[in-house]
Amino acid sequence: MKAKFLVPLALFLVLAGFLGYGLTLNPREVPSPLVDKPAPEFRLATLAAPETEVGLADMRGQVWLLNVWASWCVSCRQEHPVLMRFARDNVVPLVGLNYKDTRPEALGWLREHGDPYTLSVVDADGRVGIDFGVYGVPETFLIDRAGVVRYKHIGPVTPEAVRDVLLPKIAELSRAS
Amino acid sequence: MIPELGHFSLILALVLSLVQAVVPMIGANRNRLALMAVGRPAAQGQFLFIAFAFGCLTWAFITSDFSLQLAAVNSHTDTPLIYKITGVWGNHEGSLLLWALSLSLWTVAVTVFSRNLPEPFMARVLGVLGWISAGFLSFTLVTSNPFDRLIPAVAEGRDLNPLLQDPGMIIHPPLLYMGYVGFSVAFAFAIAALLSGRMDAAWARWSRPWTTVAWVFLTAGITVGSGWAYYELGWGGWWFWDPVENASFMPWLLGTALVHSLAVTEKRGAFRSWTILLAISAFSLSLLGTFLVRSGVITSVHAFATDPRRGLFILALLVLVIGISLALFAWRAPKLAGGGSFGLVSRDSTLLGNNVLLAVATGSVLLGTLYPMFLDALGLGKISVGPPYFEAVFVPLMAPVVVLMVIGPFVRWKGDDVKRVARLLAPAIIASLVLGVGIAFAVGHVSVRTVLGLTLAAWVLLGSAKLLATRFAERRGAAVGTTLRGIPAAWWGMWLAHLGIGVFIIGVTMVNSLNERLDVKMHAGDSAHLAGYTFKFVGVVDAPGANYDAARATIEVTRGDVAVATLNPEKRVYVAQQMPMTEASLDIGPFRDIYVNLGDQLEDGAWVVGLFYKPFISWVWLGCLLMAIGGVFAASDRRYRRLAQREAAAVAARQTT
Amino acid sequence: MRAEDLKHSVRSALAAVLFLFALSGPASAAEAEPLANDPALEERVMDLSHKLRCLVCQNQTIAESNAPLAVDLRNQVREQFAAGKSEEAVVDYLVARYGDFVLYLPPFKGITLLLWLGPALLLVAGTGWLAWRLRSRAKEAQSAPHLTQDERARASALLGGTPNSSEEPRS
Repeated sequence: MKAKFLVPLALFLVLAGFLGYGLTLNPREVPSPLVDKPAPEFRLATLAAPETEVGLADMRGQVWLLNVWASWCVSCRQEHPVLMRFARDNVVPLVGLNYKDTRPEALGWLREHGDPYTLSVVDADGRVGIDFGVYGVPETFLIDRAGVVRYKHIGPVTPEAVRDVLLPKIAELSRAS
Repeated sequence: MIPELGHFSLILALVLSLVQAVVPMIGANRNRLALMAVGRPAAQGQFLFIAFAFGCLTWAFITSDFSLQLAAVNSHTDTPLIYKITGVWGNHEGSLLLWALSLSLWTVAVTVFSRNLPEPFMARVLGVLGWISAGFLSFTLVTSNPFDRLIPAVAEGRDLNPLLQDPGMIIHPPLLYMGYVGFSVAFAFAIAALLSGRMDAAWARWSRPWTTVAWVFLTAGITVGSGWAYYELGWGGWWFWDPVENASFMPWLLGTALVHSLAVTEKRGAFRSWTILLAISAFSLSLLGTFLVRSGVITSVHAFATDPRRGLFILALLVLVIGISLALFAWRAPKLAGGGSFGLVSRDSTLLGNNVLLAVATGSVLLGTLYPMFLDALGLGKISVGPPYFEAVFVPLMAPVVVLMVIGPFVRWKGDDVKRVARLLAPAIIASLVLGVGIAFAVGHVSVRTVLGLTLAAWVLLGSAKLLATRFAERRGAAVGTTLRGIPAAWWGMWLAHLGIGVFIIGVTMVNSLNERLDVKMHAGDSAHLAGYTFKFVGVVDAPGANYDAARATIEVTRGDVAVATLNPEKRVYVAQQMPMTEASLDIGPFRDIYVNLGDQLEDGAWVVGLFYKPFISWVWLGCLLMAIGGVFAASDRRYRRLAQREAAAVAARQTT
Repeated sequence: MRAEDLKHSVRSALAAVLFLFALSGPASAAEAEPLANDPALEERVMDLSHKLRCLVCQNQTIAESNAPLAVDLRNQVREQFAAGKSEEAVVDYLVARYGDFVLYLPPFKGITLLLWLGPALLLVAGTGWLAWRLRSRAKEAQSAPHLTQDERARASALLGGTPNSSEEPRS
């Protein structure tokens, strides 16, 4: 058997290997280029008090989570109980980025379902969202003391994600000074 | 009750497919005529059961039986009847059943039209087709059963996706599947040839008409799909290099190479390993396409809802079918070496060049389509590979193919004199360059792309004219009628198909270079101007349909004082899924399309209207149509029938002695 | 009729005519305004938008998509172009936030080397193989035994058929 005739079979098996592995991947998920890079600067009015503004600098020195949410977002309702439990455990501050929403509807939503956030800031036109590379709500960012993005969770936060990824990372980042 | 009957029928079909897969093969190996003869009735019985199952499924849709899960998700009581029927294949499970039905149809056709093949060969062909059918039927029954019930039934269905409620959906999938699946016949012939060790010119002759017809279906299916995207999706484009579009284009490219390679194998006994490998690869790419659409490995607008279990099953099917065939190829191919020798300048060499170039083009499309997945699998990040890449890569690769396509028919088999060919074609070469540059200047759009496209198109048109003239010159003195009758259908097929490519290139080049677009805000009575046409916005009325509400605009198009057309673009909202949709309105003409779509209404009452001027777009469809017609001519050549008759006589004679 | 009555009639008639004119609406239709405020800028925006991927639907460019994010990104592109940024700068801006995924034209860098050079390599390999093959076939043809005219005539006589005429170009 001449070796060259085996080439098509060999190439195919390599391809099949990739395809098989490809089944375990999610082609729709877009990883964030911001991981291990400084979080974008922002300064936005808070949801509760429009006269007060909060920015990235105000959170320096803490490890914290930024959760992008909106009253019109159906999946946010899915992750809401998980966030409520997280907030109750008071691990790190949970800041909400209210994305492309209106104040009355956002406040109403929090009143109806509960408010897990230390505070929420209002990104009415979505510009800060673009800076953070938000493409689908909800998304959650883990930011360290120096204001560097360390992890991005795409989609609703699940109890497994909290337990297996977020909490360990938070612990690790909190230990480092 | 009826869905259950359909389900049971499908199970019976699976049993028959296994019989068809196993028994004739054993018969061929042991030379037992009785076993080999099982193939035909098994195939025909299988067809009846699959057709019945398909009928049951269709019945459930037509009668709006929403206790059937599939109908509940893909249909609605108010959906027009024709779209209830097309809803059958507008989803994963139903389209799989359509796949199985197509395969069964092709298999029955082989049993009916190939009575003159030697029994062992025929038995092996049917055996291979039986294995493929068994694979698909088991995939359907195990992971994608179209007959699953929804208990409790819902009162109303969710309706077929509005984007699919279009005449295109009625013909595009059936044509496409007949094409994809049709290559399984060439595949089966190739495997049977490898198994029997019989890979002579006769095999190629048997295989050719089947391959050509499959190619025609695939050409038609892709063309209709593109046309549908153009007319239906409202953004004026017709090819997006979407992974699933590529998945249909790659078998087409290799199928084209296969059709040409078969010609050489039949005529000269050469290229046998190429032809067999092409036959295996073309069908493998069909299977790969099936995998890509249904597994979730790539993102595509065509992708069905995915389930990793399904992806794994198809991958297993893929590995088995393709792996075994390529292993068989590796084992038996060395015996295929040989075949006629030929000179550097010969028809054989141009066709070999054609094979290589088309294979390179296919490889490049495959690379671009799967590259994002490769990188992701290796943990190297996520990228996108889209139209800009494919256009940059594909056009330069196809240019030499088109050049060769015109030269090939002028060159003699086995060996020719390059000076003779050059003398025949030199005027055409020069004229093409002149025309290419000249017309580009004349239309005011001089770019590399435009000049290249126009030069290639001129080359094809002039070359075709010269070829026809040369053919007529051979029978100088004879009456035109005699000459025409003397030219075989297959030659006309080649001539038309090649001409079609030239027409296609004109269409693509002109529409890409000269198209114009304008988005305007229009109040009732407003006018807009584009490309010398005046568009007067008369107004918008409500125009509800069977299962949708719509706002319909009336736009009067004039050119100077002459009324050209009245267009009615619509903005629809389909009731069941609350899905908005734009329904563009077109005035189709031989040299331009005028295309209008209706956007949203603004606060001041004005409507957003998109106006498009698309010159020569119909030539894109015309070119593809010519290619398909060419294929029909080629497949219908009398000599296949004559040979069939001669072979039947020989078989009869052998049986009596 | 007295003069006042005549003036009154004319004024009423005039009023009636003016009233009728008002009812019939604008006598001549207006030219529709382009949707974009600056068509030249818009063309640049659309050109670039056709090369950017919509991250929401993922199967369209942001030029065609109506997803809110696509609209937002088109607005961003427009703003930046209007502010004088170059196409490269705008692309860098988007890639910094969304990664290479947002580009339908893959960048030329280390990991895409094989993608961009692949087709060319395939072509070179293919034509190289083709050239080698054709040369070896041609050599075969030359080294094959050649029959003289007499030998050829004898062979065909022995085979009992008429000698084959030179190959005609047939499909």
